Amino acid sequence: MESLINTIHAVPLNHYILLSTIIFSIGVIGVLIRRNAIVIFMSVELMLNAVNLLLTAFSVYRGDASGQVFVFFIMALAAAEVAVGLAIIVMIYRNTNSIDINVLNRLKW
Amino acid sequence: MSTFYFIAFLSIFFSILVISAKNPVHSILYLVLTFFMFTIQYILLNAQFLAIVNFIVYMGAILVLFLYTLMLINLNKESEPIKPFMVKAAGVVGGGILIVALVASLKSMGVSNPVVLKDPGLGLVKNLGKVLFNEFLLPFEVSSILLLSAMVGAVLLATKDPKAA
Repeated sequence: MESLINTIHAVPLNHYILLSTIIFSIGVIGVLIRRNAIVIFMSVELMLNAVNLLLTAFSVYRGDASGQVFVFFIMALAAAEVAVGLAIIVMIYRNTNSIDINVLNRLKW
Repeated sequence: MSTFYFIAFLSIFFSILVISAKNPVHSILYLVLTFFMFTIQYILLNAQFLAIVNFIVYMGAILVLFLYTLMLINLNKESEPIKPFMVKAAGVVGGGILIVALVASLKSMGVSNPVVLKDPGLGLVKNLGKVLFNEFLLPFEVSSILLLSAMVGAVLLATKDPKAA
């Protein structure tokens, strides 16, 4: 365990921020370029996870446990969001026989 | 140290595969791998409680939910939506500009101190439980109500018959 802990010693905080930034932006790109509603949901999960990693890194950096508690709450929130969101997607599929978000462009106005 | 960069590279690689895979099932399987890389990051940060919760909740519960829904709605080749190339290119360019802007704003920050574990017991269940049930007791209870209402809402939405409405 000690050797495992020592592996992070030389990683600057910048690199954690950089990693989270890149993964968050990949999530944003996924939301923009896909039309399958489930893949869009997965991109949102990717963004949530990038923020979780950043909160954990800050929490360890500052020696404060509050950040890790926030990550726990974000995970509970994500579980609730996925349950409701997927139920809505199933409803949309039953009504329109498709999960293409372009079918839903009536919501635009 | 090199472990971090290897895992970081793999998580970026798999997350790009998530958004570029044609088949949604492959997309979900790459998402499992991405979340596994995040679990390894938590272990490297000595946040053992979060590593276990990430493993159980994300890789166990949420991704099974995704896979179930995907199989429930029975997508086939004809119903797979095709997006025009211009819109895809516009999305990639927009996201790329977001990356460039964020990285450029980080550039001016300078190099920070390395992440050092001041308190090795910080992420253990014992320590987090003490914080969770002292300072964050009310948010914890509220989140249980949130989960209950989400469950009731999901059941209510998914069992409604569209023909009867």
